[in-house]
Amino acid sequence: MVLGIRFVIFMQGCPLKCLYCHNRDTWDIKSGIEVSVPEIIAQIMRSKPYIDSSHGGVTVSGGEPLLQPKFVTALFKELKKLGIHTALDTAGSLPIENTIKELLNYTDLVILDIKHINNQKSIHLVGAPNKNNLDFAKYLSKHHIPMWIRQVIIPGYTDDEKDLKTLKAFIDTLESVEKVEILPYHDLGKFKWKEIGDTYALESVKAPTQEQLDAIKKILNIP
Amino acid sequence: MKFEQWNGFKSGYWEDTIDVRDFIQKNYTPYEGDDSFLVGPTKKTQKLWQEVLDLYEKERKAGGVLAISNDIASTITSHEAGYIHKELEEIVGLQTDAPLKRALMPNGGIRIVEKSCEAYHTKISDTLSDIYHHYRKTHNDGVFSAYTPEIRAARSSHLLTGLPDGYGRGRIIGDYRRVALYGVDFLIQDKQQQFANARSNYMSEEVIREREEISEQIKALQDLKIMASKYGFDISQPASTAKEAIQWLYFGYLGAIKDQNGAAMSIGRTSSFLDIYIQRDLASGILTEDTAQELMDHFVMKLRLVRFLRTPEYDELFSGDPVWVTESIGGMGIDGRTLVTKNSFRVLHTLATLGPSPEPNLTVLWSTRLPIGFKNFCTKMSIQTSAIQYENDDLMRDYWGDDYGIACCVSAMRIGKQMQFFGARANLAKTLTYAINGGRDEVSGKQITPKFAPVTSEYLDYDEVWEKFDRMMEYVANIYMDALNIIHYMHDKYCYEALEMALHDKDILRTMACGIAGLSIVADSFSAMKYAKVKVIRDETGLAVDYEIEGDFPKYGNDDDRVDNIALNIQKTFMDKLRKQKAYRNAKPTMSILTITSNVVYGKATGSTPDGRKAGEPFGPGANPVHGRDTHGAVSVLNSLAKLRYKDSEDGISYTFAIVPSALGHSEKERIQNLTALLDGYFCQLSHHINVNVFDRSLLEDAMEHPEKYPQLTIRVSGYAVNFVKLTREQQLDVINRTIHGSI
Repeated sequence: MVLGIRFVIFMQGCPLKCLYCHNRDTWDIKSGIEVSVPEIIAQIMRSKPYIDSSHGGVTVSGGEPLLQPKFVTALFKELKKLGIHTALDTAGSLPIENTIKELLNYTDLVILDIKHINNQKSIHLVGAPNKNNLDFAKYLSKHHIPMWIRQVIIPGYTDDEKDLKTLKAFIDTLESVEKVEILPYHDLGKFKWKEIGDTYALESVKAPTQEQLDAIKKILNIP
Repeated sequence: MKFEQWNGFKSGYWEDTIDVRDFIQKNYTPYEGDDSFLVGPTKKTQKLWQEVLDLYEKERKAGGVLAISNDIASTITSHEAGYIHKELEEIVGLQTDAPLKRALMPNGGIRIVEKSCEAYHTKISDTLSDIYHHYRKTHNDGVFSAYTPEIRAARSSHLLTGLPDGYGRGRIIGDYRRVALYGVDFLIQDKQQQFANARSNYMSEEVIREREEISEQIKALQDLKIMASKYGFDISQPASTAKEAIQWLYFGYLGAIKDQNGAAMSIGRTSSFLDIYIQRDLASGILTEDTAQELMDHFVMKLRLVRFLRTPEYDELFSGDPVWVTESIGGMGIDGRTLVTKNSFRVLHTLATLGPSPEPNLTVLWSTRLPIGFKNFCTKMSIQTSAIQYENDDLMRDYWGDDYGIACCVSAMRIGKQMQFFGARANLAKTLTYAINGGRDEVSGKQITPKFAPVTSEYLDYDEVWEKFDRMMEYVANIYMDALNIIHYMHDKYCYEALEMALHDKDILRTMACGIAGLSIVADSFSAMKYAKVKVIRDETGLAVDYEIEGDFPKYGNDDDRVDNIALNIQKTFMDKLRKQKAYRNAKPTMSILTITSNVVYGKATGSTPDGRKAGEPFGPGANPVHGRDTHGAVSVLNSLAKLRYKDSEDGISYTFAIVPSALGHSEKERIQNLTALLDGYFCQLSHHINVNVFDRSLLEDAMEHPEKYPQLTIRVSGYAVNFVKLTREQQLDVINRTIHGSI
């Protein structure tokens, strides 16, 4: 299953503080540029030939897109009128209020990074408990909204076998999961921390090896 | 007339009159499947190819030229038969009596031939030197006996560069398929009839020229038979098998490359034509898939051995020994059927059976309606080899029908019904600096054009500069056409392509193929004037030699209409000025946006420009943005390119694109699908051309350090493919410094 060529919008602002964040520049909701829905639609239409030819679409990522649900809803409504596939790349780390429920009515796919299945480790790694994230997954499952589950693999942080087995058990309880993906940790976003004047805590962490990844794929039953 | 060699073919007009398209349409088998039927090379092919690789190695060690046939002026019949390894060769024929031995073709210009020989530490024979210095005038002599002082000045200041005034113009595609389908005798009869009819009440210059040319054509066809007989073949009759069809067709092409050292010697659109013969032989059991692929492999091997003798200066312009054996593949018919056949796959598959190679210049005529199996096979081969260029069949079919081919890089022409007068290109960036400096060269300070009023203000004013630029373009278009008229008059007179023209209809369309370089520089310059402030730095003589830009401005290549519309306007304005000129032989003026690798040389000869480019820095190749200025990703730059209008550049708009494999997707399947989608999305917007490169920069850097590890590393540069290791170091750096997209 591939998602084709996609127009990706990075929303500003994030409630989490992931130690490995590769878009550190998106945390502050007050920075970035403001655009209106018609402006962004005009830009998207310039990519429509490629979206059409690849069966692609639009992905809203971040930051955390759920922080601005009204805007994303308005955008997705327009996209659905134009017949364009919509995807939300989120951690699901906010309580599911009505505005978010409304947004999900216009979302074709949720790409959900639930960060960490272990609550204590979640608090340490991303600065927040994982309850919202898990509730979000359950809500999607209950309402048959297609989702892909993503897990970033950071050696020493998210590669514990027991945690991964717990994660697998949790995924098995969900009904609308179309795909499970693991993303090997990389430090390509490290320079952004320095630019902002922040310290990067995972300085000594190395990317996982192919053997590690293969073993994890086995646990999560990823082909 | 009906030949027994045609048994099994469906009848049509093609039997009575020369009409290869009709033969194809009546007889070909469209193929809608995938590549699973393909087979690997035979043992014989592997053995023969190894011998060719050994020859390549010897050629490289010899400094680029293995041997020169220095005592013979090459003609169709001048050399005895030559072989690589006779017993292994399914398809035979070499330009001289030995592989990679280069022929002398002094009719284009004796000095160029002498210089080339000197560069490779040899000399032409005394007899030849005597003949060409004292008895036989060349094309080059002819041109310089007629050039005006204005043209000479424009030429030496690089306002006009690469003009074919000292070498063969090329860019003519003989319909070599005719040799296979009809046999040479039938073609001679046809020409004899044309000759008999070439008369009128008044014996005008036109009629005399026509009669002389047809006589030359008939002689060339007779010579072609003699040439084939040296290899033991009688090609007076049509080919009776696929093997013969390939051999006959190749002989036609071989005659042309023995006769002409043309800048581009393209082969046409042959693979689906040949498929008809292969299908017939597969059905009757003469061939298997293995032997069919073997024939195509051996044919392509011959095309990979084509060599011309050229000077180091020529090599600086068009680097890496290109000959542009362009083969056009695929496309759709006007009746809606695809022109893709199994043989379209086989010819592309030679990139796997023999490994990657810059020649033949494999050109896929892309339509969004091509069968998906073929699309995905093309993009798969592109990802593996970076050796394929793509051109928009949906666009060109409207102009040229469904039996056109590409000459050189991007020049479409109806096969056997159309030719072009190749015109290299005018330097538009210099045209702009001349507009600012009133016609003085920004590097030498010399007055090159008549005196125009220069810009004298401290800051450049968009409207003022545009008005002056417009007037300068008018001047350039005029002397440019003057130069081309002289060049092609003389080429027809002293270096006529008799064999190639014998494989054309009598009445053909001629285009005067002008070109421009530096489009992106000029567009960005005007954008800088409009959206930022451009301060002029002048030397003590008042010559504008540099520019300082205050503020930011939109740059061409980012899908920003503010500057892309400027580019469009430049394109249209210059084309309109060319349209106003009268061209030799009533040719139709056309224009290309193509530099080949000469963007580096143009850059060297051009001072600083108002877009912020510094003196000596390369131009973007073809219609590419200036290096590194396309910062908004692949889709944005493709969209900018798609805005340029083919109707104002009917000779082609070249764009060279590079992307890292991981940006196309994680798995091979994903990469293939995404590249296919990218091409569909690009071409459905009526864009014209794209060279596709898929590689990481680190690979090229390693190849620069360790060329011996990469003998077959092929990359696409503007309009052709080249062995990366054969480029000059400067050009290698130019390629590495181009934008390689890290994301779509």
